[in-house]
Amino acid sequence: MSKNAIIAGLAAFVIAALFPIWFNFGGTDAAPEPELSAKAKAAGKCVLDKYDMRANHMSLLDEWRDGVVRDADRKYDAANGKQFQMSLSTGEDSCLGCHEDKEKFCDKCHTYASVDPYCWECHTTPKEINQ
Amino acid sequence: MKQKYMLPLTGVFLLFLLAYAGVEGAGMQWFFGIVVPYAAVLAFLAGFVYRVMGWASSAVPFRIPTTCGQQKSLPWIKQNRIDNPDTTAGVFVRMVLEIFLFRSLFRNTKAAFNRNEKNKLTYSWEIFLWLGALAFHYSFLTVLLRHLRFFLNPVPACIKVVEYFDGIIQVGLPIVMLSGFLLLGAALFLLARRIFDEKVSYISLAADYFPLFLIIGIAVTGIFMRYFTKVDILGVKTFTMGLATFHPVIPEGVGGLFYAHIFMVSILFAYIPVSKLMHMGGIFLSPTRNMANNTRMKRHINPWNYDVDIHTYEQYEDHFRDKMIDAGLPVDKKE
Repeated sequence: MSKNAIIAGLAAFVIAALFPIWFNFGGTDAAPEPELSAKAKAAGKCVLDKYDMRANHMSLLDEWRDGVVRDADRKYDAANGKQFQMSLSTGEDSCLGCHEDKEKFCDKCHTYASVDPYCWECHTTPKEINQ
Repeated sequence: MKQKYMLPLTGVFLLFLLAYAGVEGAGMQWFFGIVVPYAAVLAFLAGFVYRVMGWASSAVPFRIPTTCGQQKSLPWIKQNRIDNPDTTAGVFVRMVLEIFLFRSLFRNTKAAFNRNEKNKLTYSWEIFLWLGALAFHYSFLTVLLRHLRFFLNPVPACIKVVEYFDGIIQVGLPIVMLSGFLLLGAALFLLARRIFDEKVSYISLAADYFPLFLIIGIAVTGIFMRYFTKVDILGVKTFTMGLATFHPVIPEGVGGLFYAHIFMVSILFAYIPVSKLMHMGGIFLSPTRNMANNTRMKRHINPWNYDVDIHTYEQYEDHFRDKMIDAGLPVDKKE
């Protein structure tokens, strides 16, 4: 192969390898903060503590789903002494009962981290229906 | 146990422990999370360019394509245009198929003695190296592309398409990504082949085992973080975006396992230019694949040929004519 072709290929490779740098150039994209609704702020306590919740909420929802669907087990006793409804969207003490705004709470981080949970293929949020 | 793979295995364990203990024990997040990754990317790019430029400046004096089919000959003999190409187009197709489908591995054969009284040596088609290599390389590519979601904001749709198809079986939460497990499985298969196949084992060196153990370590730590020990993904993306935008930050609540993962990936990147993993760039420059077999149609002159001082017979005779005549030897010109 000619030397020029090799150098051209090499330059293309280096530019491609640095793709994340020029794609994000100029931005300092800090992680979004999920907005807590007034109700959630007032409640003060969630099912798990903050970092545990961030890392584990999807597994917890998975366990809840299996527990509810297979064993009709609908109550969750949290480590902090509170009891919650094991439901994503039904009732006052379900997830969405407290975190009312899906777009401001769930979607902010999911979009940032490119996570597309299939929760919403079955569940809806009341707000979305009204729109 | 053979020392050939014990040494690299221990090495990878130590690398893991170094980063894990360095973060959990000594709090050196800034070193394993910021200094090492930047240094590794620099070493990777500089080393890669250096190696390829070294190859580019080597002269290739001969046409040495490996011919795997009928070469261009008389018009009524059918040429194999891909396996014995005489045109650039043929070479291009050959290279594309080699790079994307590993056709030379597809032809892999194994030699064995028949298990009967004749005990004849026979060669049979051996497809498993090819299958393992395909599974390994494509799952690794998918994993690499999926990881771009940590380094790009907003995440482009094409990355989301890759994620969608990778998680299409929708098992568990977080959804099982097929490529991660396929990568681990294929790397373990390639390792098993090196350990248990006597003939391959005989020619395997520490430098063959080390990248395999390293990639297995990377896959295992990645799978652990996603499915078992869990990690704060928002913290991770804050960290990786910090690296990509040159505003490095150390997030709270991200533990040693993540830094061990990052450290091993950095080691892998830095290791590529000094190892056999350079086949990534080298495949494009393999003279046995990227040259057309056209030596019977074109004259190829050795690039380092210099003008040779020639001494013709006429000059020789002019030089020695008197002595030749004295000795009675025949000469072309008498005087």
